[in-house]
Amino acid sequence: MRVEVDQPRCVASGQCVLMAPEVFDQDDDGIVELLTDRPFPDQYDGVRESAAVCPAAAIRLEE
Amino acid sequence: MTETLADTSAESPEYPAPRAAGCPFDPAPALRDLQADKPLSRVRIWDGTSPWLVTRHDHLRALLGDPRISADPGSPGYPHTTAAAKSNFRTRRSFITMDDPEHARLRRMVTAPFAIRRIEALRPSIQKIVDDRIDTMLAGSGPVDLVEEFALPVPSLVICELLGVPYEDHDFFQRNTKVLVRRTSTPEDVLAASDALTGYLDDLLSAKRVRPGDDLLSTLATERVDTGQLTRHEAARTGVLLLAAGHETTANMIALGTLALLHHPDQLALLRDTEDPGTVAGAVEELLRYLTIVHSGRRRAALADIEIDGQVIRAGDGVVFAGEVANRDPEAFPDPDRLDLTRDARRHVAFGYGVHQCLGQPLARVELQVVYGTLYRRIPTLALATDVDRLRFKHDGFVYGVHELPVTW
Repeated sequence: MRVEVDQPRCVASGQCVLMAPEVFDQDDDGIVELLTDRPFPDQYDGVRESAAVCPAAAIRLEE
Repeated sequence: MTETLADTSAESPEYPAPRAAGCPFDPAPALRDLQADKPLSRVRIWDGTSPWLVTRHDHLRALLGDPRISADPGSPGYPHTTAAAKSNFRTRRSFITMDDPEHARLRRMVTAPFAIRRIEALRPSIQKIVDDRIDTMLAGSGPVDLVEEFALPVPSLVICELLGVPYEDHDFFQRNTKVLVRRTSTPEDVLAASDALTGYLDDLLSAKRVRPGDDLLSTLATERVDTGQLTRHEAARTGVLLLAAGHETTANMIALGTLALLHHPDQLALLRDTEDPGTVAGAVEELLRYLTIVHSGRRRAALADIEIDGQVIRAGDGVVFAGEVANRDPEAFPDPDRLDLTRDARRHVAFGYGVHQCLGQPLARVELQVVYGTLYRRIPTLALATDVDRLRFKHDGFVYGVHELPVTW
């Protein structure tokens, strides 16, 4: 799995940080930051759910 | 063309539609029927126009996530909620009624304090506020009105701390907010309440410029207004939005959530008997889904023709989103009318969807986790002190809930 985030689109809902804290973080303004673009398999579920709920469609996955 | 539209509107069901008697937690049956039979259909609203009503979960997400859907009440075809909203929208704005890029510019100025790390840091003080309020209730004897004694004070104290608003002024801002969220308020009353709150926030912002504290209003005053990134009016309107949205919504989730749990003792027991933060967090998502208190339809207008599921929404058509119905969509949530705190409800749309999705959701989540995780454990015998039939529900509110909730223990 490969993850990409689109920071200009991010609206700082923070759900990705709650669902996959080892993969997503936030900068001082709450905007998404990627901790790794290659998550481990046990993080896939959290990453997929993050992409599914992101209100701004700012998370893209390649599987 | 005009004739066709008129014909359509004559047959269209009226929106909003009433909930069924005796089913205070369930959306209006007429809207559930639309979801099953004609999920994209026209409804007739107060001014005689016929916007689309979106009732399915996948349609709602697709359209609210579409940049061709405008939140600007000045867009042609925009379906205003009330006459008051229609007459006031040009002068009393905040970023929730703007489109990008203006919306993004203003929203980003206030996202910092809602970052997960910052909100988690507030958890101990939220816990203390909740514990103090419960101590006060337990020191007296029941029955008490849970809305007045607990549901309203808790989020008001929290948002006051975050914004830097003196809690002593709570009667003033709670009273004026109530006018703003009531669908039956006259245009004059809404204008007066809105201006009173804007003036109040403007005064506070001026005071913060002179004597800044460690709070959001001080940051707005010193880092945004003084630098010319925000006008004083924009800053004051943003303050009004955060103050009003920051207490009224959560207060209703606390009171209505408690009522729903008292109606489902097995679910209440689950919360009362757990110490697992994950279980409590899951319960919060399910209560958000099940209750979906923002029940007056998010309003938008199409800026271009949009094809969806074999239908075409034309440029200039109004669109209304029934989130409380979408959150009961059986395609998205199996057995949707069942309150099941153990289900995975994370894809609910109680906070909306798209770029306007609730800014305060991280705060609301932590507040509700602390409240639901504490209240029933500390008062295990909590019970309703009246007949449910005697409760007054906020059918006429933009935000659903109960006006009072007499409880005892």
